[in-house]
Amino acid sequence: MTEADMKTPIPNEALDLPALFPGILSADTRPGYSGWIVEKDNLLEFATALRDELGYDYLSSVTGVDYLPEGKMEIVYHVYKTTGGPGLVFKVQAPRQDPVEVPSLISIYPGAELQEREAWDLLGIKFTGHPDLRRILMWEGFAGHPLRKDWKEAYFEEEGKPLKSRWPEGKIVQAEDKNPFGDNIAYPDGFDPDKGKYEPEKALYAALRESQQDETGLPSDRIIVNMGPQHPSTHGVFRVAVMLDGETIVSLKPVMGYLHRNHEKIGERNTFLMNMPYTDRLDYLSSMSNNFGYALAVEKLMQIAVPERAEYIRVMMAELTRIANHCMAIGALFNDLGFFFTPLLYLLEERELILDIFEAVAGSRMMCNYFRFGGVARDLPEGVLEKIKGLCFERLPRRIDEIDRFLTENEIFRARGIGQGVLTAEDAIRYSAAGPLLRASGIPYDVRRAEPYSIYERFEFDVAVRYHGDIYDRYLVRLDEMRQSIRIVQQAVKGLPEGPIQTGKPQYQVRVPPGEAYGRVEGPKGELGFYVISTGKPNPWRYHVRAPSFINLTAFGPMCVGQKVADVVAVLGSIDIVLGETDR
Amino acid sequence: MYGKGILKGLGVSARHFIETYLDDIRWLGRKRYGSPEGIAHRASKKGRGIFTVQYPEEKVPVPEEFRFVPFLVYESNSNGDKSYRCTSCGICAKVCPPQCIWIVRNSDPATGRPIPDPAEFYIDADICMNCGLCAEYCPFDAIKMDHNYELASYGRVIFDKEKLGKPVAYYESIRPANAAKENAARAAKEAARAARAD
Repeated sequence: MTEADMKTPIPNEALDLPALFPGILSADTRPGYSGWIVEKDNLLEFATALRDELGYDYLSSVTGVDYLPEGKMEIVYHVYKTTGGPGLVFKVQAPRQDPVEVPSLISIYPGAELQEREAWDLLGIKFTGHPDLRRILMWEGFAGHPLRKDWKEAYFEEEGKPLKSRWPEGKIVQAEDKNPFGDNIAYPDGFDPDKGKYEPEKALYAALRESQQDETGLPSDRIIVNMGPQHPSTHGVFRVAVMLDGETIVSLKPVMGYLHRNHEKIGERNTFLMNMPYTDRLDYLSSMSNNFGYALAVEKLMQIAVPERAEYIRVMMAELTRIANHCMAIGALFNDLGFFFTPLLYLLEERELILDIFEAVAGSRMMCNYFRFGGVARDLPEGVLEKIKGLCFERLPRRIDEIDRFLTENEIFRARGIGQGVLTAEDAIRYSAAGPLLRASGIPYDVRRAEPYSIYERFEFDVAVRYHGDIYDRYLVRLDEMRQSIRIVQQAVKGLPEGPIQTGKPQYQVRVPPGEAYGRVEGPKGELGFYVISTGKPNPWRYHVRAPSFINLTAFGPMCVGQKVADVVAVLGSIDIVLGETDR
Repeated sequence: MYGKGILKGLGVSARHFIETYLDDIRWLGRKRYGSPEGIAHRASKKGRGIFTVQYPEEKVPVPEEFRFVPFLVYESNSNGDKSYRCTSCGICAKVCPPQCIWIVRNSDPATGRPIPDPAEFYIDADICMNCGLCAEYCPFDAIKMDHNYELASYGRVIFDKEKLGKPVAYYESIRPANAAKENAARAAKEAARAARAD
């Protein structure tokens, strides 16, 4: 390619989308909203042009919003360029009926697969053209779509908290004293588990058979094996259904939802502040990052700035979280590979010391609940800064080098890691892989650099990137990232200014103006996004989490095809999922 | 040489193994186990060798900010009556994310007017998620997070006002820095009010 061939990318501000796509696009003019509303019939055409002509090759998030009073459903897409820069939001609107039908984007962005299934499951949006549109978090045979605004959960009391039975009425009631099967539980037509008609797994196995590539067309001795949900290598209750030809994987489907609690519905019942401790429970190994993403999204809506000192503390905490998370990720990967507990326990020592810092700062080791809108909950207590300094200047760099010496050249690990579970750069983008998974495939995409948030543009660090896209490179990327995080914390410790840690007075009931906001951070597992819609009430109208460990699983099946069954465990370990976030 | 990486790795674990004994020798004469200094040493940046703590014989001290299920602060007067700081304003019940706080307000039997003292105060400790928002937003420093994490029980745990109440002295003992800060702020407020009254 010569230089003349390379088109200069059009900067976002100069992009005149309505002129490029006359008649199929209009600006979203609702107060507080941004982006574009695309006609439903032209969606595929628009998305193809977006990807191929404008360079928005990375579909970050797909979700739906139920606008019950207006009688319509909206599907919201967030796309980005993997070369960096701000993203583009576009929406499709459809009349609210059962089911809502919208064309699937899976042919253009295969990364939409699991996200569209989720939107179908929870909101009842039917994506026509999706090859495997099954429920994903709820079970087959569940009645209704729980994120719709007219769906009510068991023990339903009110649309939003605080509940009147607690204040001002003050009557002590325990949930199990109430009849959960009162008047808000429903079964689908013909549901009768006793009569043998109820076959929840039928669709899954059919989908497995469908996605196999059988060149001969002959019936051969292929078998379906279920790994999990109770399997020690799945890091929780997670199930993998694989179709095997001998020992080779022909097709693979992840089955999840065993830890599903409808986090997003809980979030819509909560007030904005109440939701902060719930975000801890998403990716419970890196709760500070979750806090960070949610705080960013709501701060965008509230349009408040964060004081300098709080920004520095936030960055320090987020980077320490990344180190702690990667300790766990690397340790668990080696545990899965049969190294037993030694690497995990060596790494847990370091994680433990980081959690000590979180405990001293936030009050809890894992469920930190430390960020507030416009700052952090409290200032660093005495002695904590010294602890962080001791850790990041003395102990951690040495310990990471030791782990490097300990594991990187191990022949067994190299044999199991190099060239296994390969995800090419093109596929990584297509499947919307994020975080270390994307960067190990040779795409140097890091939200901290691509679209800097908070004060990340002030720090000097390198985006860790490796190029083979295999298990080994994912391990190396995590190791590199830990070193880069230490660099960032070192700079943050040096630059930490004095001053307030919160904007304005702490409020338990924040006023959030109507509008939408998407806050995203580079979490340890990948791009973690929070899409929040406020109507000006105390509770958010819509609260959606773009969960990296959930979306990274889209690439899980393709990575495993052709591998041996024992490699499933290693590949899953190298993706690094946390079920609290996958299932939400 | 094939196998060099494994040997190098085994060298690291051998060093860790020997380190456990070396550290014991280094600490000869001092108590490495079962003493506060020993626990602090093991959990410091210099910690080497055995890292673990023999719970329940040894316990890692919790930092001041550590939070567990809340308690209500009361002040005792000379004849032993408890006077709770809580005014039953309901902010904790309103801010509680899992909604595990129930407050029954009190009223004066003679006049029927509400009085700032809760008749009943329940916390469903099974539901409490230890987030600490109630303590953070209480304007009267009346509800605080506890340090006692050993609450295992066989049944459901609902704490009533009696069970929740703990004296001010206890609060000051577990959170000295916070208590001092709050006392100073309250004294300043009192002084300002007194100055205005004069």
